Amino acid sequence: MNGLLFLIPAALFLGLLGLAAFLWSLRARQYEDLDGAAQRILLDDD
Amino acid sequence: MSIAATHDNVGVQANRPEPDGARPADALGQAHQTLELIVPGMHCAGCIRTIENGLGEVAGVVSARANLGERRVRVIWRGEDASPITEKLTTLGFESHGINEATDDLERAKSRELLVALAVAGFAAANVMLLSVSVWSGAEAETRSLFHWISALIATPAVLFAGRPFYHSAARWLNMDVPISLAVLMALAMSLVETALDGEIAYFDASVSLLFFLLIGRVLDNHMHQRARHSLAALARLVPDTAIVIGNNNQETPTPLARIPLGARLRVLSGDRVPIDGRVVAGESDVDISLVTGESLPVHAVKGAVLQAGALTLNGSLELETTAIAGESFISRMREMMTAVENGRAAHRRIADRVAGLYAPVVHLLALLTFIGWMATTGDWRDAVYAAITVLIITCPCALGLAVPVVQVVAAGRLFQNGILAKSGEALERAAEIQHVLFDKTGTLTVGEPRLENENTYADRSIAIAAGLARHSRHPLCRALVQAAKARGVTLAECDRVSEHAGLGLEGHVDGSDARLGSARWCGLAPISVDDRSVVCLTVDDDTFVFRFSDRDRPGIRTALTRLKAMGLDLGILSGDRAEVVAAMAKRLGIGDYEAGLAPDEKLDRVRSLSEAGTPTMMIGDGLNDVPVLAAADVSMTPMNAADIGRASADFVFLRDSLEAVPEVVEVARLARRRVRENIALAIAYNCVAVPIAMAGLATPLIATIAMSSSSIIVVANALRLQGKRRREVKQATVAKPADRMGVRT
Repeated sequence: MNGLLFLIPAALFLGLLGLAAFLWSLRARQYEDLDGAAQRILLDDD
Repeated sequence: MSIAATHDNVGVQANRPEPDGARPADALGQAHQTLELIVPGMHCAGCIRTIENGLGEVAGVVSARANLGERRVRVIWRGEDASPITEKLTTLGFESHGINEATDDLERAKSRELLVALAVAGFAAANVMLLSVSVWSGAEAETRSLFHWISALIATPAVLFAGRPFYHSAARWLNMDVPISLAVLMALAMSLVETALDGEIAYFDASVSLLFFLLIGRVLDNHMHQRARHSLAALARLVPDTAIVIGNNNQETPTPLARIPLGARLRVLSGDRVPIDGRVVAGESDVDISLVTGESLPVHAVKGAVLQAGALTLNGSLELETTAIAGESFISRMREMMTAVENGRAAHRRIADRVAGLYAPVVHLLALLTFIGWMATTGDWRDAVYAAITVLIITCPCALGLAVPVVQVVAAGRLFQNGILAKSGEALERAAEIQHVLFDKTGTLTVGEPRLENENTYADRSIAIAAGLARHSRHPLCRALVQAAKARGVTLAECDRVSEHAGLGLEGHVDGSDARLGSARWCGLAPISVDDRSVVCLTVDDDTFVFRFSDRDRPGIRTALTRLKAMGLDLGILSGDRAEVVAAMAKRLGIGDYEAGLAPDEKLDRVRSLSEAGTPTMMIGDGLNDVPVLAAADVSMTPMNAADIGRASADFVFLRDSLEAVPEVVEVARLARRRVRENIALAIAYNCVAVPIAMAGLATPLIATIAMSSSSIIVVANALRLQGKRRREVKQATVAKPADRMGVRT
């Protein structure tokens, strides 16, 4: 039971971290041009 | 290639504040502005670099960012006039046009809202499930209570937030979203009560995972619409919204179309489209009316000729006196006819809604019966409510909610790989039901572009000279000559002092001798045939050559028609062209049912009478004159090179030349219908097993979750069978099919 008191907040925190990371990447327009991102790695000067 | 002159209009449209927050005004006091342009020609890393670096050099541009997936460029700049930006794109070799930003922002916000809802539901589902597993495996009462409270804390905001797309649509009318919303919210409410009363059973897991699965369906569905919309936007040509009006003192002023009165004098420059219907009062030009009537060869417009909006001047500028105001011109009349008939299509009820219409009352009745049954036998209201809600949860049409969209998304994806854009899943449902297919002739059964006949019989030199002259003209026959020369690998002859005479032809100097290219009269010959518009003559010194052209059939036409007939469909031709031409074509193709010389409203009557007689009809056409009939038909399809509003009103747009797109659509639509029916049958079969268990009060949260997840997965797997077949076909098709003309990736 003591372990749970520590583990559950940890699990929730990690989950929220993932959610926040996704929302941030969505806001930062990382999903708006998936094809472009794939092609841009071929550019030297980028 | 559409018109370069359209670029001038763009600067006016785009003037939107940057959403990343207000940007500071610079030293000159000018705020930064954002301009979004569609650049259809962009398709690789090299294009991205050329565009971004090229635009970076333009004065006033702060940054330029290309979006390859949507074929757009987003430019942040300051200044008054955006035309240097579009001009730079033109010099870089990219055509561009502005976009309607209001609808665009709305769509973007909608898809973002769905993604956020999906993310929240996914987070909640994962964490609640984690806690539920330990409850199912027999946690002590204390732990269970704690876990229920934590689940409640996670699930309540998540369900209320992520379920909004369903609650909104359920509030409007009885559809599949009503039982979904009810089940999700009831499950949440019951679980909260149970948790507060320290009860044993809570359905937080079922509630959130249900939402998660259903949101996947919604996101996929939305993605399909977005893709169709973006591809269409990339095809669109900007309709001119201003025209040059010649004032009393011969002053020329650009004026918005809406403000141009009847009888105003307009200047239409060579290469521009006629903005409003009008009569020619001065000047002459060959005019391409293919967008208006579907007629592929230009007409020669001289003083007195009446032109309709959308016609394209090829080689001379015209002065027109308007015979209509913008709201009454040909395009607008077509658009009005289109909206007037479009309502007929609303009569179609989507399969999902038809099922929901039966399903929802049955389910709610069952829940009520369960409640009454339990009250009658046990008299305990809490047990009765509990059993009734379990029925609602277990019958929540999770699989039904996924059954239709997943199939349609997979089907639309399969069509897209074959160069066909499906506008909506609903169009696929309608396409599965058609019994009659009607074709327009010019531009639909034929390519609508003239091609040199018997090209191998001409000497290289004659083609080289003819194409060398023809290069200087936009006339379709000239373009066909140049194309023929290029296809043969002939080097075009160098011509100088070339001049074009509208309605006659071209003249110029080649290797020191005079050459003329054009009509028989222009070359000093007797008229060659009755319809000598498709003949071009060339004279060099005393030598004379005659080139003949014909419109060719669309590739794949015979296999397409054979496949359609094999599917048991009736075929017909509705054409505005002359009777003998249509009859010859119909005979050659083995189509018995044809009508010629039809005006747009006559075509409309034919299709309507078929629809009213209970024969669902598909119309395939391309001209502006086909637009009302495209909107009226139960299903409509149009080639990529059709008029803009034609593409806007059609359900399917095919991007490749081949007419085989038509049987492909019908075939995939029918396959999709079969999968949808199988999926619905699967979902109902699952309910037949699950409902008695729930009514008996034997369904635990574990059973509910397993049953729901497995039925959803089975349904999705069944839908993906449509795709499995596609992969094999595409492998063969990559060799056989010509490269996609628009560069839309497959």
